[in-house]
Amino acid sequence: MMIKCKNISRTYQLGGDEFHVLKNINFEIEKGEFVAIIGPSGSGKSTLMNILGALDRPTKGTYLLDGKNVFDMNDEDMAQIRSQKIGFVFQSFNLLPRSTVLRNVMVPLIYNNKISKSTREEKAKKALRAVGLDEDRWTHLSNQLSGGQMQRVAIARALVNDPGIILADEPTGNLDSKTGAIVLETFKQLNEKDGHTLILITHDKNVAEHAHRIIEIKDGEIISDKQHKHL
Amino acid sequence: MFSDLLEETLFSLSANKSRSVLTILGIVIGIASVIAMISVGQGASKGITDRIESLGTNLLVVMPGSQRQAGNIVRGGAGSSQTLILADAEAIKAGITDINAVAPTVSARKQVTVKGQNTNTSIYGIETSYFGIKSLEMELGTPITAQQLTSRSKVAILGPTTRDDLFGAGANPVGQKIRIAGQEFSVIGVTVAKGGTGMGSSDDLIYIPLSTAQQYVTGNQSISNINIQVSSADLMTFVQEQIQILLLERHRIVDATKADFSIMNQADMLTTMSSVGDTMTMLLAAIAGISLVVGGIGIMNMMLTTVTERTREIGLRKSLGANSNDISSQFLAESIALTFIGGIIGIVVGWLAAIAITKLSGTTTVMTTWSILLSVGISTLIGVVFGYYPARRAAKLDPIEALRYQ
Repeated sequence: MMIKCKNISRTYQLGGDEFHVLKNINFEIEKGEFVAIIGPSGSGKSTLMNILGALDRPTKGTYLLDGKNVFDMNDEDMAQIRSQKIGFVFQSFNLLPRSTVLRNVMVPLIYNNKISKSTREEKAKKALRAVGLDEDRWTHLSNQLSGGQMQRVAIARALVNDPGIILADEPTGNLDSKTGAIVLETFKQLNEKDGHTLILITHDKNVAEHAHRIIEIKDGEIISDKQHKHL
Repeated sequence: MFSDLLEETLFSLSANKSRSVLTILGIVIGIASVIAMISVGQGASKGITDRIESLGTNLLVVMPGSQRQAGNIVRGGAGSSQTLILADAEAIKAGITDINAVAPTVSARKQVTVKGQNTNTSIYGIETSYFGIKSLEMELGTPITAQQLTSRSKVAILGPTTRDDLFGAGANPVGQKIRIAGQEFSVIGVTVAKGGTGMGSSDDLIYIPLSTAQQYVTGNQSISNINIQVSSADLMTFVQEQIQILLLERHRIVDATKADFSIMNQADMLTTMSSVGDTMTMLLAAIAGISLVVGGIGIMNMMLTTVTERTREIGLRKSLGANSNDISSQFLAESIALTFIGGIIGIVVGWLAAIAITKLSGTTTVMTTWSILLSVGISTLIGVVFGYYPARRAAKLDPIEALRYQ
């Protein structure tokens, strides 16, 4: 079992009041799954993504990632988990401006001490090939690319460390429907051809349709969890 | 990892060229002024030590000291008593090895007159060895001879300043008569100017034979001091101790603390004077150091701005697996790079400034390796000190908050 969430709650203290953003969340995700977590804004899906991505700790409950309990970890261990097990894709791409595509893709490798410097470029090129970005774009500066190209660079960056899980937070939110479709197709390829585990967080039902399993969340609780398509 | 850090650092510094250049400029000014001020201070203390060294090399001077009698708490000033006699000098010459020359002197201030002109100056009674020890050279005429000493001749050699006062600047007084303390002396020479003013100036005085001085000027057998030239600098302390023992024995004094004379070591004087020079150098450097601190605050200001501007990037890097050490070392490396570059340029500018000061004002300046190393060290330290807080602030950012930052 790749991910195991057991009775996860997340509470924020704000001016003396307590906000229960996540309440008693339970689910499991296996290796190779393509899961969409769907819910309206304020439903707690971003908080859930932060917990799944080892950026945040649950207030209560256990989150087991590859058998390790993230709740018990210190900040340095969490950084290492992010470096080796998780690849993030953000709504606003978050590429380093004024840096080339290759350089952007190589950033996570700097922080992964298991990868030697000489193999970095090779790994970055492999990841860029996997997302299907034309080779003549690789030396372009990241801010010279179109939105769809930027998001594919971001996906390549998430892939470069061979993480167990790719977490995508509204990856098509800043794209028009046509380029959004290309990006979603890229995700599908990565899941079906290369066997990557994907977790897609979105508010858009049409986007969620692409996943094989949809977990619906509302007011911090799971209201449905069903297989969408047969693998 | 180090080469990554260097690459990232240069990359982000060049991304903000004008800001980086201005910040570096602050450090350049600070380091350059420290370098320039230290070289001025060092130049001044070198000037002082050079002057002391010009008095003669490996010199020991025995001076009469006040002797405190049992039960008498009144103590006269050093040099005021008349406890040294010529025989002491003879005994040192005969009894101490490792010395090149011994030159006893008698000195007194007297009114000197020449045909209506008159001046008050120091009269030095000397022996022939004095010229060698003090490396005195003659501008005009001849030095005092041994024959003149034994015959107590009334001859005088003038310092150049005294000559100017009595006969007019640049005049040749050889063969002229002058009156010292009512006695008539004939001038036989003038010494070459050695420079220096005030105490220790060898330009404003009159030299006469020591025997003549004792008989006609001071009227007693005591001498004012004994100059001893030691054969090598390593033997200074040893010879000083030997002379101490010899004179204590001659004066029948058991307790060395009650000695009626004191021995001044030129090396001690040099140490004292150069410590004065070092203090002055430190003072100048400290004043210049203030601008270095201001430069450091500039670094901190820039780094804080950078951290704020790059909050999102910090959040991103954290989400991609950077731990807090990766983040803080990145920002620390940037501030150290700024101060290091500023330090190097500052050394060059400070060095040029020191050369310019020498050219324009004539003040001697001395560049030393330690002042360069010190400046590089200080500027790097400033990078660490003033970069630490912004770097920690960057490292402590919560990745979730940082990613959300607009």
